[in-house]
Amino acid sequence: MQIVACACAILVVTPLVLVFYHLIKLGFSSINLAFFTQLPKAVGEAGGGMGNAIVGTFILLGQAALIGVPVGVLGGVFLSEYGRPGINWWIRFAADILNGVPSIVWGLVVYALVVMPMHGFSALAGGIVLGLMMIPLVMRTTEEVLHLVPGGYREAALALGVSKWKTVLQIVVRTALRGIVTGVLLALARVAGETAPLLFTALGNSMWTNKLTQPISALPLQIFNYAISPYDDWHRQAWAGALVLLFLVLFINISVRLLTRERWKSKT
Amino acid sequence: MEQKPTSAALAVRDLSVFFGANEVLKRVSIDIAPRAVTAVIGPSGCGKSTFLRALNRMHELNPEARMTGEIRLFGDDIYARNIEPVVVRRRVGMVFQKSNPFPTMTIFENVTVGLRLNGVRDKKLLAERAEQSLRMAALWDEVKDRLHAAAISLSGGQQQRLCIARALAVQPEVLLMDEPASALDPLATAKIEDLILELKSKYTIVIVTHNMQQAARASDFTAFFYLGELVEFGATTKIFTSPSQKRTEDYVTGRFG
Repeated sequence: MQIVACACAILVVTPLVLVFYHLIKLGFSSINLAFFTQLPKAVGEAGGGMGNAIVGTFILLGQAALIGVPVGVLGGVFLSEYGRPGINWWIRFAADILNGVPSIVWGLVVYALVVMPMHGFSALAGGIVLGLMMIPLVMRTTEEVLHLVPGGYREAALALGVSKWKTVLQIVVRTALRGIVTGVLLALARVAGETAPLLFTALGNSMWTNKLTQPISALPLQIFNYAISPYDDWHRQAWAGALVLLFLVLFINISVRLLTRERWKSKT
Repeated sequence: MEQKPTSAALAVRDLSVFFGANEVLKRVSIDIAPRAVTAVIGPSGCGKSTFLRALNRMHELNPEARMTGEIRLFGDDIYARNIEPVVVRRRVGMVFQKSNPFPTMTIFENVTVGLRLNGVRDKKLLAERAEQSLRMAALWDEVKDRLHAAAISLSGGQQQRLCIARALAVQPEVLLMDEPASALDPLATAKIEDLILELKSKYTIVIVTHNMQQAARASDFTAFFYLGELVEFGATTKIFTSPSQKRTEDYVTGRFG
């Protein structure tokens, strides 16, 4: 029994090791300064980079945070501090269903609601789709960490004659802030690698873009486009892009670990 | 000799509190004397905490709660239609059983939080009020050199005195204390009791306690609650030496409860 369990545990870790091994072996050689600063080169030309895709990913994540964080956090505050059991049940149910909606469906919905009325693919549509995907994730984690704030703090503030909204904002949310930030970072890490919803919205772009109304590139899109191409040069670039994306997500996850560890330290 | 309070700080008339269909407090009438300590005693579940929380409308945090009757704070009906609970709670402060300083704030921020969140920005006033409140809570000498340290770095007894200072800083007229020393060691408990005796020169204090000795030592008047009813109310010496009700005598002598 122990041997089987041990084998399964090793089986869990193996893919992670394989992914890292492959990405580093095939991608690391293409990573240089140009990869982070230059545009993709035409087929056949050596060199070039994914600078626009890297910047594009950050622009998309920024927009997504602008939409997902306020709506998600305030929704979580409502569930934890204001809602009644009946309505909360429906909101949680809706959020859980939304969390399970396949990402390509999100892409199609935003295509119909944003891309078609605007007559074109755009960075804005890409930001909106990622933001919408973040909302239920952020909302549920916010609700959970707010529930962890002991009721005694709410009572103490209310007993001082502090109004309810100030108690919620200045005492409850402030006490749980680290947990809320953690939830936001995890949601960002989750949507950073989304490809399918961006295919119908941000589309991708081989140039620098500075307008939100134009198509924009993103790391997952660029990886996708290069990976399905028939050129060896592009395949190598795709591996390098995948490596960068993986490190971005890894960086966010490590930040989360550090944040949560600090929290334990300050409690003891 | 029976001592009767003359003009009441809190005049409670026919107060009943319900949680859903459950009547936890039954037609309680009592006059709380100003600048005196009134102890509320009784076995668990007798409604004494609910009584205390009804005095500053904290029981309303339970959405099932409902009350009938009347409570006047120095003549003002605290349940009047146009009175917000927030206003009542500024005049009637509360200290809880479990000390609950805000963990994200320093000692100074904790003491002044009630003022700051009610719009006081004047730094000088905040500093003055912080020192004054910490002195009244007998904590100033222990923390004056580390006002900007985290509040949760204090010991349990210090944290509870910090909570008392925090309640005093908004200058309430009445201070409610819900078993303020039950989680503390004997030394810290003695400090809190000394503090209560100090504070009664300025404040009206109502304290819920499970500890008979504490009620006898620290209070001027004692109210005995049983099963949601006020069984007996009078001077503490009378309640503890010659109660007029059999149930009171049984409880204070430890025969039940």
